[in-house]
Amino acid sequence: MDEVARIRIGDARGGNSRSMDAQRWGALIGGSALAIYGITRRSPLGVALATGGGAIALLGSTQKTRSQSTSAWTSVLINCSPQEAYKFWRGLENLPRFMNRLHSVTVLDNRRSQWVAIGPIGREIRWEAEITEERENEYIAWRSLPGSDVEVDGRVEFREAPADRGTLISARMQFRAVAGKGSAFANSLNKAASFAMRQDLRRLAALMESGEIPTTEGQSHGARDFVTGVMRLADPTRPIRPGSQLKEVYETRKGIA
Amino acid sequence: MKAVCYMGVEKMTVETVPDPTILNPRDAIVKITSTCICGSDLHLYNGFVPTMEQGDIMGHEFMGEIVEVGAGIKPENLKVGDRVVVPFTIACGNCFFCKRELWSCCNNSNPNYWIAEQMMGFSPSGLFGYTHMMGGYAGGQAQYARVPYADVGPLKVPEGIPDEKLIFLSDIFPTGYFGAVNADIEPGDTVAIWGCGPVGQFAIRSAFMLGAERVIAIDRFDYRLRMAESAGAQTINYEDVDDVVQTLKDLTGNIGPDRCIDAVGMEAHGHGLIHFMDRVKQKARIETDRPFVLRQAIQACRKGGTVSVPGVYAGFDDKIPLGAFMNKGLAMKGGQTHMMRFMKPLLEKIQKNEIDPSFVISHKVPISKAPEMYKVFRDKQDNCTKVVLDPWADGAIAA
Repeated sequence: MDEVARIRIGDARGGNSRSMDAQRWGALIGGSALAIYGITRRSPLGVALATGGGAIALLGSTQKTRSQSTSAWTSVLINCSPQEAYKFWRGLENLPRFMNRLHSVTVLDNRRSQWVAIGPIGREIRWEAEITEERENEYIAWRSLPGSDVEVDGRVEFREAPADRGTLISARMQFRAVAGKGSAFANSLNKAASFAMRQDLRRLAALMESGEIPTTEGQSHGARDFVTGVMRLADPTRPIRPGSQLKEVYETRKGIA
Repeated sequence: MKAVCYMGVEKMTVETVPDPTILNPRDAIVKITSTCICGSDLHLYNGFVPTMEQGDIMGHEFMGEIVEVGAGIKPENLKVGDRVVVPFTIACGNCFFCKRELWSCCNNSNPNYWIAEQMMGFSPSGLFGYTHMMGGYAGGQAQYARVPYADVGPLKVPEGIPDEKLIFLSDIFPTGYFGAVNADIEPGDTVAIWGCGPVGQFAIRSAFMLGAERVIAIDRFDYRLRMAESAGAQTINYEDVDDVVQTLKDLTGNIGPDRCIDAVGMEAHGHGLIHFMDRVKQKARIETDRPFVLRQAIQACRKGGTVSVPGVYAGFDDKIPLGAFMNKGLAMKGGQTHMMRFMKPLLEKIQKNEIDPSFVISHKVPISKAPEMYKVFRDKQDNCTKVVLDPWADGAIAA
């Protein structure tokens, strides 16, 4: 198993053990005890106790803990060599070409770079990252430096796929909120992170394989209606850019393609 | 330019919209000389395929002349002035699927991959004028169209052959042919084909080209059945028989047709309780399709035979006889047509006069008549089999 997948499974296990804290154990054990006592009473009160206890136990065992960190992991098969894929990715300034939520990456030196992403409702989230580990044509790992809006850990691996299938790129990113505006960003990513990463890597594949990212933005069409505008406003593949007004975005998107 | 736009269910209008422009380096703009209404457009007209939006330009069968190419296209591949037939599927030419000639499965050409992915697990290639789930590309029932990855799809065709003979290379001829190829026809085979619309007609002729001994064509319109007979098929008008499956058994020594082709798809007509239930469920959007024909094809097919599905299905279907499929050891194949695999060989057949695809045309009208022709075609009025639109008739002037 590759490093990216191993790390992810490790994360999940860690998350589970942390999440079974004292409070939840308490609810589970207490609730179950109440339910068993209720069942043995065989009376209306017993039924009520059993039901209530069962509910407490159930809530206790299924309650989600508020995790401050979000991780996304996926892989994409691209018809190119690991060398080409590595070279493209290592040119970090290429990343915003296919990562939709990334506004810009500015390379500061061989190891350090400045990243600007688009947060919820178009707020800018900034972090400085440094490459922590890399092997040419095989993998790159990076993490954010202190003073960033959000803590980021990332790793991408490039492996030759069998039978001339090209390169299997596995990527993992982990975001952890720090105090202030970064937390809203990290939270907003909870559900969206994996989805966004799959879309990003799909765009990377199109770019590497066909030299362009397919689009219909700017094509001709007849008059659009209200429904189309509203649907497009909620399009998860189009983050709202910094500084934009919702009304403007609605008007533009209604007629985007 | 003029373009046929979807403005709502059963509401097509000819609108004046801006001319298309190059958006990506490998785009080209084609000035359209002929374009058609496809049977599959009727599913959109009737409102049964999700993710159409008001203002979408319709059409995926068109040909014409290249008037502009993007910076990423090499002149040896395509240049201004080339006469081309544009396939309805859009393919990048270099992904896992394109490299294996599974062109209609191109992994890169659908910018809305994620929508189709929700319904199908993965998305097929982008298509012209066929819902946002399939890319939301503006279609070709217009005077001009933008063609993405134009150095892969469009087939260059020589001057001297009229549009009517070539236009169906854009979809229905290769689609009928692909339906027959997918049926894995062997010498001596009897092939049953449901649906004698344009795709069915080409499937009948293709089945014979691929070595079928006998073709049995099934429809309910006599004029379409006569067209099938003229190609050498036996016919069944399903409104004249009690049970299509039993009739097919009776006609084949109680073996069943070796290969069954469903050239009908999601809006099958039929009778009986199950058909009525399908209609209700489709109207209520509980079921996207009415798989009446597919059920019959699976039931009728001989043991160990093949069911090929060129007919369009959109989503989720009920009461598919999987027990018959499994226990009878059937093979089933489908797919949007891998156009670039078939366009060139089929052009050669046209050039050698082995087939003249224009037989299927029943109406040639100016584009301004498109909205009413959707209805004529849907309701099978006026013996309609295929409508070809002229985008420039009525004295329309290039913008």
